[in-house]
Amino acid sequence: MSDRTLAELKPGERATVSGYANHGPLAQRMMQLGVLPGEHIENLRCAPGGDPLEFKVMGYALSLRKSEAALVRIDAAG
Amino acid sequence: MNDTGLQPSLPKRGADAPQRVISSRHPLVALIGNPNTGKSTLFNALTGLRQKIANYPGVTVEWHQGTAIIDERPVRILDLPGTYTLTANSPDEAVAVDALLGRITDLGRPDAVVVVVDGSNLKRNLFLVTQLLEIELPVVVALNMSDRLGAAGIELDPEALSDALGAPVVPIAAARNQGLDPLKSAIGSAVDADPPTPPPIIPEIRDSARSLVKELDWREPGAVFLVTRAIVDVGGDAERRLLDRFGQPAQAGLARARQALESTEPPAAVEARQRYQWIGEQISHCQNVRPMPPTWSERLDRVIGHPLAGTLLFVGVMAMVFQAVFAWAGPLMDWIDGLSGMAASAVTGALPEGAIASLIADGVIAGVGSVVIFLPQILILFLFIILLEDSGYMARAAFMMDRLMRWCGLSGQSFIPMLSSFACAVPGIMGTRVIPNHRDRIATILAAPFMTCSARLPVYALLIAAFIPRTQVLGVLNLQGLVLLGLYLLGIAGGITTAMLLKRTALRGPTPTFVMEMPPYRLPNMRSVLLRLWERARLFLVRAGTVIFAVAVVIWSLTYFPRSDDLAAQFEAEQAQLAAGGDAQEAERRELENRYSAAHLEQSWLGRFGKTVEPLFAPLGWDWRVSAAVIASFPAREVVIAALGTIYAVGADTSEDDPGLITRLRNSRHDDGSRVFTLPMALGLMVFYAFCLQCAATVATIWRETNSWRWPLFAWSYMTTLGYLGAMLCFQVGSG
Repeated sequence: MSDRTLAELKPGERATVSGYANHGPLAQRMMQLGVLPGEHIENLRCAPGGDPLEFKVMGYALSLRKSEAALVRIDAAG
Repeated sequence: MNDTGLQPSLPKRGADAPQRVISSRHPLVALIGNPNTGKSTLFNALTGLRQKIANYPGVTVEWHQGTAIIDERPVRILDLPGTYTLTANSPDEAVAVDALLGRITDLGRPDAVVVVVDGSNLKRNLFLVTQLLEIELPVVVALNMSDRLGAAGIELDPEALSDALGAPVVPIAAARNQGLDPLKSAIGSAVDADPPTPPPIIPEIRDSARSLVKELDWREPGAVFLVTRAIVDVGGDAERRLLDRFGQPAQAGLARARQALESTEPPAAVEARQRYQWIGEQISHCQNVRPMPPTWSERLDRVIGHPLAGTLLFVGVMAMVFQAVFAWAGPLMDWIDGLSGMAASAVTGALPEGAIASLIADGVIAGVGSVVIFLPQILILFLFIILLEDSGYMARAAFMMDRLMRWCGLSGQSFIPMLSSFACAVPGIMGTRVIPNHRDRIATILAAPFMTCSARLPVYALLIAAFIPRTQVLGVLNLQGLVLLGLYLLGIAGGITTAMLLKRTALRGPTPTFVMEMPPYRLPNMRSVLLRLWERARLFLVRAGTVIFAVAVVIWSLTYFPRSDDLAAQFEAEQAQLAAGGDAQEAERRELENRYSAAHLEQSWLGRFGKTVEPLFAPLGWDWRVSAAVIASFPAREVVIAALGTIYAVGADTSEDDPGLITRLRNSRHDDGSRVFTLPMALGLMVFYAFCLQCAATVATIWRETNSWRWPLFAWSYMTTLGYLGAMLCFQVGSG
């Protein structure tokens, strides 16, 4: 498992979700919304100032703050 | 049957079919779905104007209930808050679950559930659907936006989906009134149907739930569902309720069930994986997605979401909204003001002079006027807020502003309500409903009234024109303009500080998340927009309006009573004298009337009260006249100008640029001969109006939106104290 997190994904880059740093309520919420291990995820853009970030996952757009995205572990190849 | 459902169908059996009374015996159908699926549009299409709003007791979650006519019989439709799951981890979701389980006492358990699903985002939408299939209620899936699937490259077989789910699937396009008849017949059949067989997801958990229900001997519909949720959502709402009711045996049962899972992951993670796995398998049989070029919404987002272009566009949109509010609302407000003035004079002319005429003219009509005068701003601002929300732009605005707002301890969703408050705090506070986190919402509601609203402007204009010299500063800047700018900044600073303080004290809690869907851009549905606009206006008039009106009448009675016979006799004598003198000038008569009004006010309850509290306001440099005028302006800040007009005997119909009033203010003196309106005192008065909450409409709206008297009372006391201290500081330091 790589140590990269979703917060490090640059706009335009894709990756595959590989897991979570912990299993707290926030991670559970994100899983319910489709940010699941094995799903492809793409960084669509970031807000002015670099935070929050907007991702495409499961066919829809989801915004996460950097701190929230940092919970999600990713594998490099989308 | 009519297709739109907007007209109630007529009873066909004539005399033996009396007017329908919607009662609790009529079938109840709950409407649920993810946010942004067009659920409200469908609700409006089904029920039209036959709807009402109710508040869930204790929390600020509202629901809408309406009536649809299905197969000639009325069916009650309950529009539940949009939710992604039945986890019940927010007040909205908890209300949805309560309603589905029949725990909202005056509603009863629904007979069926209609779940609205966005066909172009099927996978995530089906998460909620699979949970609903477990609540032991008949389910109808309304596959919305089915008209757009082709353009999105999606081929979907509704029958195959229906077979997979074990529930009817009806393709509809709610915004175009398509598919409503088939949906209605599906609902009509569902209310008498049996619940579906739940899909084989999380079988171990559901088995444990079933045996625990048996063990606890809990015979209520939905018990298995509730216990399932209690096992899955560790520390959640369902668990708490189960433990409250059954105590130790339930606790032991939950522990056993969780242990039986033998998973390193928490049960909720197991649930999410299994659900999406099952959904993925089913979808592969009934949906075919062709790769398509980016949709227009995605292309639009490349511009709107661009850091530079998007920011410029955002500033442009906000500037346009404000321009529209001031350009359109101003004339309408003047018109309403003029109309209520005309009505008042008509009453004074038609009725004999006395308490009744004064009550109607200065109490009732002025009271109604002070309510209605807010409507243009509220309607225009709310029209924009609703359009921004329904088009999907609101989520982008929150996205762009999140970083800035987080600096004040809030989040991006607070930005638009705060900005709206620069026109008027009332629609700003009503607009805080978009803020999902309760603490953030309250902090925004309490910070919003600090923003310099349009009602403060006339007060500032009067005091600046009268007491700030028109000198140039640094060659280009005007001192009067600088003071106005300073007052705006003072308001912003007050609001930000308040939000920061609250978020660090009374409203402290974990930082709310920004896990938020960015919905695709959509053209707002005009019927939905207008219905919601109408609903906001009605809520304001009925709920806030009654409070404002009552306060206006109370203030009127304070200025009118007691009547002094001596004063009246004196006035009549002087009037007779003036008339006897022959060619009395109109100006002289007016002067006499104004003088009499001033004398009357001085001995009225308000005047006496002003004199009683004069020592309280002495540290601010105010005399009884200023104190009385400030108290009279409790219902609305701008009233202070009319009150000063009456007190200083230039007449109540004065304006902020009346040279007569300005001169009288400048010449007003304390008993010892010193001037009342010195520069420090006038600056202090402006600071007072920058901070104080002299606005019954705002107080009433805070009450209505927080569903408690605690917050409006706190806001009023806090802001008034702040205004008092600010004014005292100005006066004391300035007078050195």
